[in-house]
Order: sequence, then structure tokens, then C-alpha cells
Amino acid sequence: MAKPAPVADTHDPGSDATNTKRVVSAQDIDLPPALVKQAPLARWVDDRTGIATMTKPLLRKVFPDHWSFLIGEIALWSFIVVLITGVFLTLWFKPSMAEIEYDGSYQIMKGMLMSEAFASTIDISMDIRGGLLLRQMHHWGALLFVAAIFVHAARVFFTGAFRKPREINWLIGVGLMFLGVMAGFSGYSLPDDLLSGTGLRFADGLMRSIPLIGTWAEFFVFNGEFPGDLIISRLYMVHILLIPALLLALVGAHLVLMVYHKHTQFAGPGRTERNVVGYPAFPVYAAKMAGYFFTVFGVIALFGALVTINPVWTYGPYNPAQVTAGSQPDWYMGWVEGAVRIMPGWESHWGSTTWSWNVFIPGVILLGGFFTVMALWPWIENWFTGDKREHNLAQRPYENPTRTAFGVAIITFMVLLQFGGANDLIATNFALSLNAITWFLRFAVFIVPVIAFWVTKRICLSMLKRDQDRLLHGSPTGEVHRTPEGEYIEDHTPISQGEGYAMTSSEDPAPLEAGQATDDRGVAIADGERISKRRARASRWWAEGNIPTPTREEIEEAHSDHEGSHELESSGQQ
Amino acid sequence: MNENASKELTQGPVADPGVEPHVESYVASDPKLDKAAEGRVIACFVLSAVSAIASLVLYFAIPMTIRIDLGTFQANLHNVLFGTTMGLAILLIGIGIVVWARNLMSDVEMVEIRHPEASSDEDRTEALVMLSDGVRDSGVARRKFVLGSLGGALGLFSLPLIVTLADMGPWPTKRVREQTLERTLFAEATPQQPIRLVNDVTWKPLRAADLEIGQLVNAQPENLQDFHGVEYQQEKAKSSIIVVRMDPDSITVPESRRDWQVSGILCYSKICTHVGCPITLWEQQTHHLLCPCHQSTFDLGNSGLVVFGPAARALPQLKISLDDEGYLVATQDFTVPVGPSYFERDSRNDFKKGDA
Repeated sequence: MAKPAPVADTHDPGSDATNTKRVVSAQDIDLPPALVKQAPLARWVDDRTGIATMTKPLLRKVFPDHWSFLIGEIALWSFIVVLITGVFLTLWFKPSMAEIEYDGSYQIMKGMLMSEAFASTIDISMDIRGGLLLRQMHHWGALLFVAAIFVHAARVFFTGAFRKPREINWLIGVGLMFLGVMAGFSGYSLPDDLLSGTGLRFADGLMRSIPLIGTWAEFFVFNGEFPGDLIISRLYMVHILLIPALLLALVGAHLVLMVYHKHTQFAGPGRTERNVVGYPAFPVYAAKMAGYFFTVFGVIALFGALVTINPVWTYGPYNPAQVTAGSQPDWYMGWVEGAVRIMPGWESHWGSTTWSWNVFIPGVILLGGFFTVMALWPWIENWFTGDKREHNLAQRPYENPTRTAFGVAIITFMVLLQFGGANDLIATNFALSLNAITWFLRFAVFIVPVIAFWVTKRICLSMLKRDQDRLLHGSPTGEVHRTPEGEYIEDHTPISQGEGYAMTSSEDPAPLEAGQATDDRGVAIADGERISKRRARASRWWAEGNIPTPTREEIEEAHSDHEGSHELESSGQQ
Repeated sequence: MNENASKELTQGPVADPGVEPHVESYVASDPKLDKAAEGRVIACFVLSAVSAIASLVLYFAIPMTIRIDLGTFQANLHNVLFGTTMGLAILLIGIGIVVWARNLMSDVEMVEIRHPEASSDEDRTEALVMLSDGVRDSGVARRKFVLGSLGGALGLFSLPLIVTLADMGPWPTKRVREQTLERTLFAEATPQQPIRLVNDVTWKPLRAADLEIGQLVNAQPENLQDFHGVEYQQEKAKSSIIVVRMDPDSITVPESRRDWQVSGILCYSKICTHVGCPITLWEQQTHHLLCPCHQSTFDLGNSGLVVFGPAARALPQLKISLDDEGYLVATQDFTVPVGPSYFERDSRNDFKKGDA
């Protein structure tokens, strides 16, 4: 057990005593002999880089602890695993569409005509020792990467961690999510097997549906008619150079900003908007992060070893005249696939042109709309709330009912579409009518999210109400008393000061009022930024049902009303 | 402004009780437990090393050719054993470090004060002064033309780079579209030189007499065999067809297509008009053909009209007839382009419900 670090060892600028205590000479430092031996090396490096000054603020930087903060880290580490395994795969993969006769060890395909890309994928899977493991790790890692990004984004969304000052980092995150999806799609297409070729055929149809430039986009991307002879080598460049470079740059920026802002923390005793409570980067977080990297890496390796993914040798090479039932994209495109499936066959004609809404709306507009709304969300929410304050405390989702309800509605929408993307499998596995599923979903994707919004909002509000009750009246003990008058009363015991503090430390701003001259902090609003009536109405709708945090007086009054109850302040512990 | 904010916080309804006092962890409370935790960490690292060595041995010892088949679990033995040992070698390092960090490292919480994200007012002013000094030194305020002409040059210099993208693919002009999207291999067929329809697996020509009622055959034009590589794929992506025989009394044949079929044998494009998947699933009783990609459903007994799903246009039908030896042949191309619609072509006059 290490010596307990002094809690007073903070960077608190107010405490002069600790500041003077920090002036120590090198002889005082109690380093293990092994490290002392490295002193000349450290001096050599520091003489040339000033590394001591650089690492000083980082070594003992404090990070807050919560399981949900680790989800983004899964994305980071699976990205690293995908980079490592990807480098290995490039040693053998040939991104060429040239037709060759297969002559490898997989007897079933001997003599078959196929592209070099597919043949080299079979070689990696069948002839190169460890090749299949790397391929499967790469694919599982990529799926985990995108999945972790989605869950991490949901965590940030539902806890309000995108609010000021973190809007830029949210934007970078949306960019990372888009690039992650594109990385996945471009990689999925590379093996040139029957399934990925079908995916490319779909992408071709998607591009063709774009009004005005559709045919041009298709001909430019595929170098002529589908499938052309260049799409694999072009996607290869996008997949191993363009997207990874952008991803690396954005991941770097994402992390730098995260360190600069310091991580958000949940409310709790001693945790305020102005501090961060947790463990030091070195050694605790450095160790936990390293341990986490190896854990993610190891789990992906075990998946690669034990769970087959994308067995292209059973699909065969791409053949434009063949397709298998159950042709589904990787999961993160499943909801777009579902939208394409349940869209009615609408086409319109103007002049001598055709507008293919049946593909363009679910394919291009939906995908573009999703990322646009997501990117703009901090500003959309701000339009409703007019909140200009900085937020470093993460909210529990129910503390912001309207945002949480909106998020749940969007997730419901996407899950329903995901069902749409599997409508054929649902039909066959559950003996249901495919047409009935499709018709149901055509309406459900609009109706169910509204219901989900309403239900979520009510649940959040009742949880807030419960918090309020606990704060004002304490926690029910389960002991029921009968008064001499014959009245039955359940005893309540006051909640701890820490819980009360956590409940009341974040506060929603009051709804905006039309034409108000000052914001909720009393700062004058310029004439051009006066609140319109419409915005005030929207703001009231946003705050509908919110329970205002009780004031100190209200709490004290409620406590004194309770016969035999103690003052909240004096109770301290439960 | 910062003072305001901190005042707001200290005046919350419930006072901040401060960070909870540190409670010594269970492991730290007893040297025996501490020793045991240390032992677990070391065990993880040792097992990891053993696993790594095992994976090296297995990598060379196991041939690539052995498959294991345990019913639902079928895999390559080399992949399973090499991968599992390698995965364990990595995972155990991770578990070991996490156990170490959680049990043996200090769990005393530290408090760090956040700094405001914004620069101080002095820094802002200083930066603005430096900026204005720089602007003055550069002299751009006096030399408006320098900046203006640079702006023009910057606006134009990227164009030569962008223009090289113009050759990323052939331009789909009207002439090019006629040669590509709007043409299949059947365009080479004439009444004098018809093209036989061949089975797309065996390449045998299809004879009308061999087709049973209810039978559907995937077929190709005979001349597809002349192509190879990319051209072969491009042509196949358009010329794939299905030949189907149905009871003439149970299907609807419009007046304009009376001579497009041979006693109930009809031929359609196999390429879906939605996004171009090859359509495969045939429902014999209803004459419906279902696309496995997005479930567009076409009625082959009624000119290929869409009966369900996201497709907007009927499947293009190919006019077929018999040659002297009784084989099915095409004598002309499709009357409309196969595959998905595109912007430049008005498809409103394609065959639709109610046409005769």
C-alpha cells in the first residue's frame, strides 16, 4: 500500500502554505534507486526538450471516476487495435479488381475467376498463419469502435456534457462518428465478396438517386458504369490513408480539448462546478488506461479467435447476377437500410427528369439529417433554454427531462428502423408477414417515438418529484405509526447532506420570456437578441413540468414541519 | 463574472459537505489481504507470459488445415488455439494492471481546481495589441491591392488541382448514357441475327419445350461469353435476365406485349429498379418475384408491375421469340433502361398499371 497522498496537495491558488511547501530540493525527493540511476538520461532529455516543465501539470492531473467515462476509452483503444491489425492486413491484401484464376489452398474455389482483392482475402483467411485471426480482430475491432462511439455519444448527450464550454469537442466527436461509419463502410467493401459487392451496388444506387448530379457522382466514383475497375483501389486509399489520417488528427484534438477542459464529473459531496475530484493521472489513471487498453485488445483477440465474422469464403466472389437472402450491412448502417426498405416507392417527374425519392430520402437525406441535427444539437438546445453558463457537472439524465425524452425518441426511431433493416429475418424467424411488418413500421417510426418521448418525459419528471420528496421530507423508513387521533403516518428519515447537495447542485434555468431585457444572470440582452414570442413559447414547452429546485428556506420549512424529524444539516449521515 | 458564479454555488440550497473522508480500503486494512492481492497481480502477469509462449509454440506446431466441427461451433483449429492463447496473453496483462491499480495503488481522492477556459482580460488585450502590431508591421492596411490580389490568387490556385478530378470517370453525357446505362448486350440482336438466351450457370441455350409451367431460369444473353474481367461484370450487371413459364390463362398480357412472349414464357430483367440488386426469390403460385435486398415485389404475371416495396418502376420486360430450332431468342434490346432510375431520364412513360 502506497503512502496516502496528502489531500491538501491541491493546486488551490488560495493556499499559500501549500505553495511554499512545494519548494523542495532534488535531494529531498524519495525516488526508488532504479529511477535515480536514470537521472543522467532524464537530464539529457530535459536539457533538449524541457520535458519536466511539460509533464509537470499532467503527471498528477486529477480525473474523476465513473464507469460511464470509460466508454469513450473503449472507442479509443479499439481504434488503436484496428490500426495495428490493419497495418498487418495491408502486408497481404491486394486492392486490385484484375480478374485472376484462384489457385490457393481452398479447394472449393480452385479455378474460379475472381478479383485479386477477393483472392488475396481468401489467402489471408486460408493460407497465412494468423491471417484469419487478424482479419477477424480487425472486423470485430471496427464494429466495437463504431459501437463504442455511438454509446459514448449517447452518454455525453444524456448527461449534458456537450454544453458550454465543450461544444467544439462535441462537434469533433460528431465528425469522429461520421468518419468511423465511413471507415467501416469503406472497409466492408474491400474484400470484393458477394456480400460487399451487393453493398457497393446499393451505394451505387444511392449515389444515382441524388437529384441533378446522381449519374455524375456514380460515374466519377466508379470510373464509369458499375462496378468499373477502380472502386476497390479508390476505397482502399480512402480506407487506409484518408480516413485514418483524419481520424487520428481529430482523436488527438478530442483528447487535447478533453484534458484542457478537464473531464466533467457527477454531482456529489465536495464536487462542484469549479473543481474536479478523483485520482491522479500518474500512477492511477495511467495504470487503469494501460490495463484497459490491454483488456480491450485481449477481448478483441478472443473474439477474433472464437467468433467467426464475415466468412467471405462461404459467400464467394462478387457476381452481379447473384445475391443471398439476408443481405444486411454492418449494424451501424442497419437503420439506414431499414429506412430504405420501408420507404414507399415514390418517384416524381418534372420536365424530363426523374426524382427518386424512394432512395434519396431514406438513404441520403436521413443520414445527412441525422449527423446535421446531432452536430447542431448544443445550439438547438440552447435555442430552447438560452443557457449561457458553463457546466462542468454532468447531469443525471432525468435531471433534464425534455432532452432525455428527445434522445430516447431518436433512439426509438433508430431501433425501429433497425428492425426494418432486418424485416426479412424477423419475418422468417417469427413466421410473420413481411408486408405486415413493413406496413406496421411505416407508421410506427412516426408514432412510437412520440409515445416514447412522452413516456420518458413523464418518467423523468416523476423521478425529479421523488428527489424533491426525499429532499423535503426525507426517505421513507417503512415504519408506520398510528397517532392518537387514528391517523397513520409513515416515518421519514432525513437524507444525508451529501445526497441533498448532489440533488440541488445543478439547476435548470427558468424558461425564456418574450422580450426580456436581461438574461437569468442579470446581464442586459442587446436589442437584436431579444427573445421572440415563438422562442419564449418553445422555451416554456421545453421547461414544462420541471420542478424548480427548492430554496434553502423551503427545505428548512419542510423539515421543521416534520414532527420528530431532525434538521438536515445536523444529521450528516443516514 | 467568475465571482458571481462562485457566489451562486456557495449559496446553493444545501451546503457542500466537502469530499467524504478517506476510508482505508479493505485490502489495505490487512497485510495478508494486501499480499494476496499482490499475488493475484503477479499470477496474471505470469499466466500472460505462459500464454504468450504457448501461442508461439502453437503458431508453428499446428497445421492450417485442421478444422474443428462441434455442431454450431465450426472453426479452424490454428485460428482458435493461436488466437485464444494470444488473446489471453494480452487480456491477462490488462486484468493484472487493473487489479494492481484498483487494489494496491493509493485510492485517496484528490481535488483539483478548474481554471476558467477563457483567457484573462489582460491576455486578451495583450494578444489584440500584438495582432494590431503585426497588422501594422505588415502594412496591409495601406496596401489594399496586395491583399486583394492575393485573395484572387488564393481563390484561383486551387482550381487547377480540382480540375484534375474531371477525369475521375467518363462524363455521363447523353451520348455516353446511350452507350452505357441505356444499352445492354441485347442491343446487338436483330430479327435477322437474334441472340439466344442461355442458362447463366451451364451456358446452355434455353429451349422453350424444356421449360415447365412455374419454372424460372436465371439466364444471360449468349454473347456475354465474349467478355472478360471488368467489361464482363459491367455487362452482366445489366443483361442478367429471368425466363419464366406461367400458365397463359393465369396471367395478364397487355395488348402491346402480346407478341413479347412465347406461349406463357416471359422474360424480364433480373436487375431491380430500386437500387439494382439481382432479384431472386420466386413465388410460384402468386407469380411474385421478390428482391432480397429491400423486398420490392414484382408481379411477373402482370408485366412486372410493382406490387410491394420501395421500387417505383415495373421490371423491364424483354421481347422474346423462338428461332428455327425452338430456342428462345431476343431480337431487340429492352425498351427502357434496366436498373434504378436516374435523374436525366424521364421514366413517367414506362409501363405502369392500367397501360394496355
